[in-house]
Amino acid sequence: MQIQGANGSGKTSLLRILCGLSYPSDGEVHWRGRDIQTQRAHYFSEMAYLGHCLGIKSELSALENLRVNLALADVGFEEVEIENALARVGLAGREEIPARALSAGQKQRIAWARLLACPTTLWILDEPFTALDVSGVALVRSLLEQHLERGGMAVLTSHQPIELRGDLVRVTLS
Amino acid sequence: MSGLTGAFHALLKRDLVLAFRHRGELANPLLFFLMIVTLYPLGVSPEVELLRRIAPGVIWIAALLAALFSLENLFRTDFEDGALEQMLLSAHPLAVLVLAKVLAHWLVSGLPMLFLAPLLALLLAMPERAIVALVLTLGLGTPLLSLIGAIGVALTVGLRRGGVLLTLLVMPLYIPVLIFATNAVTAAAAGMPVSGQIYFLAALLVLALTLAPAAIAAALRISVS
Repeated sequence: MQIQGANGSGKTSLLRILCGLSYPSDGEVHWRGRDIQTQRAHYFSEMAYLGHCLGIKSELSALENLRVNLALADVGFEEVEIENALARVGLAGREEIPARALSAGQKQRIAWARLLACPTTLWILDEPFTALDVSGVALVRSLLEQHLERGGMAVLTSHQPIELRGDLVRVTLS
Repeated sequence: MSGLTGAFHALLKRDLVLAFRHRGELANPLLFFLMIVTLYPLGVSPEVELLRRIAPGVIWIAALLAALFSLENLFRTDFEDGALEQMLLSAHPLAVLVLAKVLAHWLVSGLPMLFLAPLLALLLAMPERAIVALVLTLGLGTPLLSLIGAIGVALTVGLRRGGVLLTLLVMPLYIPVLIFATNAVTAAAAGMPVSGQIYFLAALLVLALTLAPAAIAAALRISVS
């Protein structure tokens, strides 16, 4: 599902409510038939959020960042899985470099490696294409397609038109 | 290691690594502590009797201010780079995760004061039995300062200039710790028993360890939303 709308129309606010960071002033957000605020641990284990702030520590390397992220996500993981995920997003050979020495696009790729390394059903993505180069956009598109083919769900905002295989629901906020 | 212990360990390790990669910030509160105490003999009077009398208060006030001074960064950078959001969206109980952060904060800001305090106590001519009480009160008191302070930081992290508000929120809660701790050290210097004050500080620490993590977690959710 793609959320569209002008600047300030509330796209980010909506996504933050959907992922449980903000509270709706009215109504409830349900996941598998239950309010997410009553089943936080369960919901958070099935949902991954990629916001404007990537949650990447600039003093730590990609590898160190992902280790902490995966430990927080409560998935058992092997070191090799992290390296595979980093290789898939094109960061092979840059695992040990502190994130501050990487470009904005490469940091975005670390965040994508996080989504890959901990498989969740629902991806909530706020402007996932910003800062990415042409190959990065193609990569993200193919990762999204693979995720959807595996039966995953994604809610994303983007100013760019997105073409994906399969159905894409578009919601416009005004 | 997996599950909650793994997450606790990973977060603790990350914060310690980050602290050691910013050694300047690490040394700042300690230098502050050292400076306040060493400036007293210069500023007030080098007279031994007077120094001995004011020593417990001086060291404890310096420790309290240094703790307050070091708190600001507890959640600030995490808030700015989005790491805090990811922590809030973790499948693990937030109260346990914040405890890892507070523990890391205490290990780098509180624990070194425990080692520095006996030296400063000698500098201020404190008797030996009072030094034992001083270290004991700091051992119980500084984690308490970190835990109470973390609630204040969690409440003010969303504000651009939360510094003044943080001081106003936290200072009244620090006062009982200060009173019991300095009272214990003064009593020990006079050769009186101090177990009452020590037990009270220990009880306060247990209370804070039980209740503060939940309060910090709730405050963070409000601040980030």
